[in-house]
Amino acid sequence: MEKSIKKYFPIFALPTLIAFTIGFIIPFALGVYLSFCKFTTINDAKFVGIVNYQKIFTDPTFIHALWYTTLFTIVSVITINVLAFTIAMLLTKGIRGTNIFRTVFFMPNLIGGIVLGYIWQLILNGILLYFERTLTFSATYGFWGLIILMNWQQIGYMMIIYIAGIQNIPTDLIEAAKIDGATNGQILRKVTIPMVMPSITICSFLTLTNSFKLFDQNLALTAGAPSNNSQMLALNIFDTFYGRTGWEGVGQAKAVVFFIMVALIAVIQLGVTRKKEVQQ
Amino acid sequence: MKKKLVSVLLCASMISTVLVGCGSGETSTTDNAAATEDTAAEETTDDAATETATAGDGAVYYLNFKPEQDEQWQTLAKTYTEETGTPVTVITAASGTYEQTLKSEIAKTEAPTLFQVNGPVGLANWKDYCYDLKDSELYTYVKSDDFVLKEGDAVDGIAYCIETYGIIYNKTLLTDYCALDGAVISDASEINNFETLKAVADDIQARKDELGVAGAFASAGMDSSSDWRFKTHLANLPIYYEYKDKGIGSTDAIEGTYLDNYKQIWDLYITDSTCAPALLSSKTGEDAAAEFATGMAVFYQNGTWAYGDITSDGLTDDDLGMLPIYIGAEGEENQGLCTGSENYWCVNKNASEADIQATLDFLAWVVTSDTGRNSLANDMGFVTPFTTFDDGYKASNPLINAADEYIAAGKTAVSWNFSSIPSETWKDNVGNALLEYAQGTGEWSAVETAFVDGWKTEYEAANQ
Repeated sequence: MEKSIKKYFPIFALPTLIAFTIGFIIPFALGVYLSFCKFTTINDAKFVGIVNYQKIFTDPTFIHALWYTTLFTIVSVITINVLAFTIAMLLTKGIRGTNIFRTVFFMPNLIGGIVLGYIWQLILNGILLYFERTLTFSATYGFWGLIILMNWQQIGYMMIIYIAGIQNIPTDLIEAAKIDGATNGQILRKVTIPMVMPSITICSFLTLTNSFKLFDQNLALTAGAPSNNSQMLALNIFDTFYGRTGWEGVGQAKAVVFFIMVALIAVIQLGVTRKKEVQQ
Repeated sequence: MKKKLVSVLLCASMISTVLVGCGSGETSTTDNAAATEDTAAEETTDDAATETATAGDGAVYYLNFKPEQDEQWQTLAKTYTEETGTPVTVITAASGTYEQTLKSEIAKTEAPTLFQVNGPVGLANWKDYCYDLKDSELYTYVKSDDFVLKEGDAVDGIAYCIETYGIIYNKTLLTDYCALDGAVISDASEINNFETLKAVADDIQARKDELGVAGAFASAGMDSSSDWRFKTHLANLPIYYEYKDKGIGSTDAIEGTYLDNYKQIWDLYITDSTCAPALLSSKTGEDAAAEFATGMAVFYQNGTWAYGDITSDGLTDDDLGMLPIYIGAEGEENQGLCTGSENYWCVNKNASEADIQATLDFLAWVVTSDTGRNSLANDMGFVTPFTTFDDGYKASNPLINAADEYIAAGKTAVSWNFSSIPSETWKDNVGNALLEYAQGTGEWSAVETAFVDGWKTEYEAANQ
């Protein structure tokens, strides 16, 4: 068995490896190289050293985008997970129409981010019109608009993961807890949550990285208006690269910094939630 | 047994994806080959017939800047291909995304052979890609060197359309207003300075129900589809007057001597408007055009290029007129409309020899052939700086005529000094500050900072 795996390894893994190299490793290496260059298009890059990295932290919009994104990530990770878990709990109680509800909640996830952004822009602007405001009036409106949008889109997906986790809990555990006289709250805290910890790990990982890397929705909903105040990191990088002549390298450098940040945060988060997982 | 079947199926599907991948690649290449063969065949027959042998086997790829004229360019390209066999591709970048589209397109193997820059500042970014047009046929037709961008002796860009902007007004509505009791003016021609303009606009705004309009000015939308009307075009006036006082054409540090006037006119736009200032951030260019086109607003700041948009809803030529943008500067009674160009053709020097030649031939054809001239002057409505258009190919619509009338009346046209604005970021920052001031979340001093200090820092950043 082992031998045949070794023998056939190239046949099965090579196509993916090649695709991965072309689609990921090469662009990534090229991207890192470009972050040390000055260029207009990627064909005429000139090496300039770490100038681009120095410029990042003198750019106030980047620092602002960093804080804005962090705040957004914290709020959206909490709201999405709490709401998704609550709905998952409700939909595993065996009420009528469970499947319809699950489908309906999951559906927003099938629509692309740009489309969602424009749809919600229309809806929210329509509501705000009554108060003589628009979504791009100040960053606060944009912030909560984005939170609503992301919740609407992601809750269904996370809900499915939580439902799977909850259904995996052996019923005898809960039965035993009930016989021992545990209240519903106690069952939730001492049995259900520890048992679905793997789902929580996955969901918080997904929401965390999704929120941190958010681009489409941000672009479609507010595009950073007003005054780049509702601009998140990914959009800030895009705007630096495309919006500012001579700053292409800086945008690239920002992207590298961004990658390191996302990777660090994700690794830390995985470590923390993994520790809390229990063996059945 | 079952397991084996499943794995066989999986393998089969995996391999099929790979094969399909290759397969589709192959088909597309054969398609291309077939296409080239087709065109080649056409070429030879055409060559025999018309002897335009210079076309060779090059291709033209034009990255068009103006979404308003996309359709006309497509038709023109098709006609040219039919006549000569040279394939011409016209791609139009979406409004406000030209620079980024160009940036990614020009890095491709099939890069645009013909692209546009918006003036000296835009050229600075792309000069390494510009083919010297000094010896091109097109250059021989240009009326004067005022219409070309030069880098030393080399001709890097040639303007192809001269445009004019100002405050477009609805003649019928304004005449209606003049007929009202106690109207401030009795004829549109009496508006020849800021004071009168403001008095008229204020009065129209106060009596908007009587007149049946929603406001004096169409909404000054600050969405990216419309904000250039204010952060660039309107900002041109304070820049123009400052340059004029100093007798310069560009500067590394602007003083902002006419910023109070900028504030005056901006205040007028946002107060005497069809919508509340707090809603401006999401108002688009289409919103403003629609408001004007449906007679909900009397005034609308825009230029000759907007003719098509505003006449699509029933306004006729007789309804349209254009006023200079008065900002309350000394001697503005003699000020005309703002006329200039920010559309310069550049040929990509990194394109292949054959493609460059094909592009130059195409450009020459556009400005000399009847079809090309007709399309440019009559369909697209461009006023061009080429001598070939003098015999009868003159664009004509009330907005263009208004520009001519002001010049005939001895008024001084305002030049387009915004091409000397140091960077796009400067415009964005001024626009953001204008919006924040309008909706009450910021102070006017932020506009001043963005305008004066921003100029200096952006100029330094662009020229280091």
